[in-house]
Amino acid sequence: MARPVGIVGSGQTHHGRRFDLAYPELVSEAVEACLKNTGVDPKDIDGVVYGSMPSMMEGVALTHFYFADALRSVGLPILKTETCGSTGISLAITAYYWIASGMADLLLVVGSEKMNEGDSQATMTSILEPFYQMYFISGAPGIFSLQSQSWAERFKIPADKVREAATRLSLDHHNDAFDNPYAHIKQRLTEEQINTARVITYPIRLWDVCPNSDGACAMIMASEKMAKKLTKKPAWVKGIGYAGDEYWFGDSDKVMWQTAIQASKQAYAMAGIKNPRKELDVAEVYNPFTYQEMLFYECFGFAEFGKACDLVLKGTFSRDGELPCDPSGGTLCTNPIGATGLIRVAEAAMQVQGQAGDHQIPGAKTSLAHAMGGVVQYNGVMILGSEK
Amino acid sequence: MEKKTECDVIQDTLAVPYELAYGPTWTRFFEGFQQEKILGSRCQGCGRVLVPARSYCPRCFVELNNFVEVSQEGTLMGWVLTDYRYYGMPTEPPFVSGFIKLDGTDCNFLHLIGGIDLTDPDEVRRKIKTGIKVRAVWNKDKRGQIMDIKYFTPVK
Amino acid sequence: MNKEFKTFKKVLELPHKYGAGPAFTAFYDGLREGKIMGTKCPECGKVLVPGRSMCPKCHVAIDKWVEIKQKGSIVSWAQTDQDFFGKPCEGTYTVALIRLDGAGCDFLHLVGGNLKKLKTGAKVQAVWNEEKKGHMLDIKYFELV
Repeated sequence: MARPVGIVGSGQTHHGRRFDLAYPELVSEAVEACLKNTGVDPKDIDGVVYGSMPSMMEGVALTHFYFADALRSVGLPILKTETCGSTGISLAITAYYWIASGMADLLLVVGSEKMNEGDSQATMTSILEPFYQMYFISGAPGIFSLQSQSWAERFKIPADKVREAATRLSLDHHNDAFDNPYAHIKQRLTEEQINTARVITYPIRLWDVCPNSDGACAMIMASEKMAKKLTKKPAWVKGIGYAGDEYWFGDSDKVMWQTAIQASKQAYAMAGIKNPRKELDVAEVYNPFTYQEMLFYECFGFAEFGKACDLVLKGTFSRDGELPCDPSGGTLCTNPIGATGLIRVAEAAMQVQGQAGDHQIPGAKTSLAHAMGGVVQYNGVMILGSEK
Repeated sequence: MEKKTECDVIQDTLAVPYELAYGPTWTRFFEGFQQEKILGSRCQGCGRVLVPARSYCPRCFVELNNFVEVSQEGTLMGWVLTDYRYYGMPTEPPFVSGFIKLDGTDCNFLHLIGGIDLTDPDEVRRKIKTGIKVRAVWNKDKRGQIMDIKYFTPVK
Repeated sequence: MNKEFKTFKKVLELPHKYGAGPAFTAFYDGLREGKIMGTKCPECGKVLVPGRSMCPKCHVAIDKWVEIKQKGSIVSWAQTDQDFFGKPCEGTYTVALIRLDGAGCDFLHLVGGNLKKLKTGAKVQAVWNEEKKGHMLDIKYFELV
């Protein structure tokens, strides 16, 4: 039987363009902040879980060796988990398995990326084979645009309405980022600026797309006994789900997207959630693209298929709505990829711990964290709660 | 030594050479291209016709070795117009990539949609729609690569 | 032996900009002036070269820089005459771990010049290139003394 696992706390870097620090120093910034925030004595740590997107991003392979000092992993077991964009949530899930199994009581979990050091688009081509797919779906905006257009066409949502809803999400998240001290993009926008911005991949425009960020996130996860010793209010892991598609992009339906549906269903079943829109208080959905965010709302059961636009325009997912999504500004405003999924978990944990500061959703008790990775291939979901 | 506020940036290009094996299935698939044929595989387990041809079905895990020629016409299931440059891009932008369900197959095939003016996004939007029929246009010179098909063009 | 099919050859080329951060920036500035710079941990007192921003043992921030002696002794060495992609220099080369006098760790660099008396424990001294660019190879190599 799995043992209960709690999140004690976390630390983040100030995300952005960080040429003021070499990469290990950036990782260290998050680790030291996390140790300070949680008051954990590094001597008590049983092991380290680390991950980044493809190491190719930074031009150094197997970065966990490079970061051994910064991760304070000298003399400890270290596990590396790498699942592309979903790396961050995979790190939390890896640590969950490790503690739930009884093999560890206290773990340091770290994700990082220094995207400005490499050519992120070129790196993403390196995750594809050069026989076939590399030519057509390299470049993240292209992949997501293809997926989002298929979604809009499938449910016959008028292009203007999709645009209007995407603009609402972009506006909301960019405003939210001002309340998050660690967010990268802090920009006051108008609807007109969003609607007339440069087209990246039609119909996706500049403010529908996440930035290239440098940043790291570190988190302390613990067994029940250890978590209770370290904090009065741990965030308890109530459910996890993870699922992946076959490799070939054209082989599966990316609109009624099975892996997103399955990952959320697994997590809901484990957490005993029947009606996610009613039972969740806040969600940190992985949203590098506004259009794709709505597709996730539908796959996770926050909205019926084809209806997410209506609910977005009603304000259901805004800060004061029925189910606030990404009050941190989300991936749309901050995306150091290897850290991004872990930031979703850290933010969802802070919400149920009542420690999210200016972007706290009052009284949040149950939250969802999500990340997606690969060529729209993997999805991971974690449910956190203030009660065990 | 005085502490600097600006730190150095080291520029470098990481270059690593690779030699990737085509293996029997890609080899056969691209041999088909030499004769302007698109080859798929029919799974004996689930009966789906998959293209490009595979050595095994990713759902049934049945070994596949019966190649079938598939139609060069199909229906556009999704598309995207790209107007920026990136490493590994198939051609100079702007270009349109599409999800094409070739007639008689059970998955989407990825390739370019072309043969029309792509400079005006709104014009592209009028001409290219999910559901339109498209047909393969081949390059004269065949090199045994996916770009031996120049693009798929809308059928009137 | 199974039948072999043709192969697809490509060179994966990815451009990078590495942020050197405060520690390597200071170290490279030293190289530009013909100096090898290290740091001294305020807690354990260990002298590390190249200098670090944080002590890997005590995890305290370090900003006390010290100039390191350019003489030392060989702790271990390896000679490579195989060609491979991305090799740091032409022909045969020798890499060594060198304990510079006064340092608390070994420094990794090339050994060059007359290698007849190359052995563990041999004394070496830094030889510099005339033009210094703030690069690890501003030190041409260490030669046996």
